[in-house]
Amino acid sequence: MIWESWDAFWAMGGYALYVWGSFGATLACIVGEVWRVRRQRRQVISRLRRLQRFDSQ
Amino acid sequence: MSLYHYASPATFYPLAGRLVPWFAALAVVFAAVGLYLSFFVAPTDFQQGEGYRIIFIHVPAAWMSMFIYIVMAFWSAIGLAWNTRLSFVMARALAPTGAMFTFLALWTGALWGKPMWGAWWVWDARLTSELILLFLYVGYMALQAAIDDPRRADRAGALLNLVGVINVPIIYFSVKWWNTLHQGASVSLTRAPSMAQVMLWGMLVMALAAWMYTIAVALARARTLILERERQTEWARAVLKEQA
Repeated sequence: MIWESWDAFWAMGGYALYVWGSFGATLACIVGEVWRVRRQRRQVISRLRRLQRFDSQ
Repeated sequence: MSLYHYASPATFYPLAGRLVPWFAALAVVFAAVGLYLSFFVAPTDFQQGEGYRIIFIHVPAAWMSMFIYIVMAFWSAIGLAWNTRLSFVMARALAPTGAMFTFLALWTGALWGKPMWGAWWVWDARLTSELILLFLYVGYMALQAAIDDPRRADRAGALLNLVGVINVPIIYFSVKWWNTLHQGASVSLTRAPSMAQVMLWGMLVMALAAWMYTIAVALARARTLILERERQTEWARAVLKEQA
């Protein structure tokens, strides 16, 4: 273990803002993208199903 | 059974559906190992202290931003040459993820530049050409959204990608061609790595995680695009019926 404590880990030797700002933004982007891809899929499927019902009437 | 078989949307759609969870799982495993190496194995840098750990996200993000654009240009070229619909779909499915990694390369670069250079941003050749890459991604997506006819949008976007790909070698070699504030290449094939082995491994594993993530997200996005475009076909109608 290279860290003396969890506090030292979160402090990142004084670079906490920069290090966690980088990793946090990456995590936020990934979560956001996965959410958007899933929402897009649900929306497209429900729209296409409506179109399909409309066609068959 | 040939490549043409897999290039058919009806075959590709279920295949991609089966592959997505595997690539997503690989991405999680590589990310876990990569983060462990980045934070618990890699030692403190003697010059930059703990601040250098941004490298483990910055360099993979910057690599991905360039790789994804090259892959997009490749699919665009295939699509223009052979008029394969799936190639255009792949190019389109990759663009948002490429834009995301370009943004992250710039964002993490700013957060690294501030404590080390004293500036969030400088108009240096490396940073400026990477910003142009972001505009190329955003321009491509805007173009796709602006043209209603998918066939015309595909061809116009492909042309933009083939012209825009010229920017990638400019980004890569910018640190050699111009006198930049940005440091030289972190990893080179022609000389021994200039950093500790463990740092190199951390970066490579994080880059692998980014690749697996990109493949999973791009395949998932491609599936939705295919369903939209093939909605009139027999197989797409059957798929939609099952999605109750």
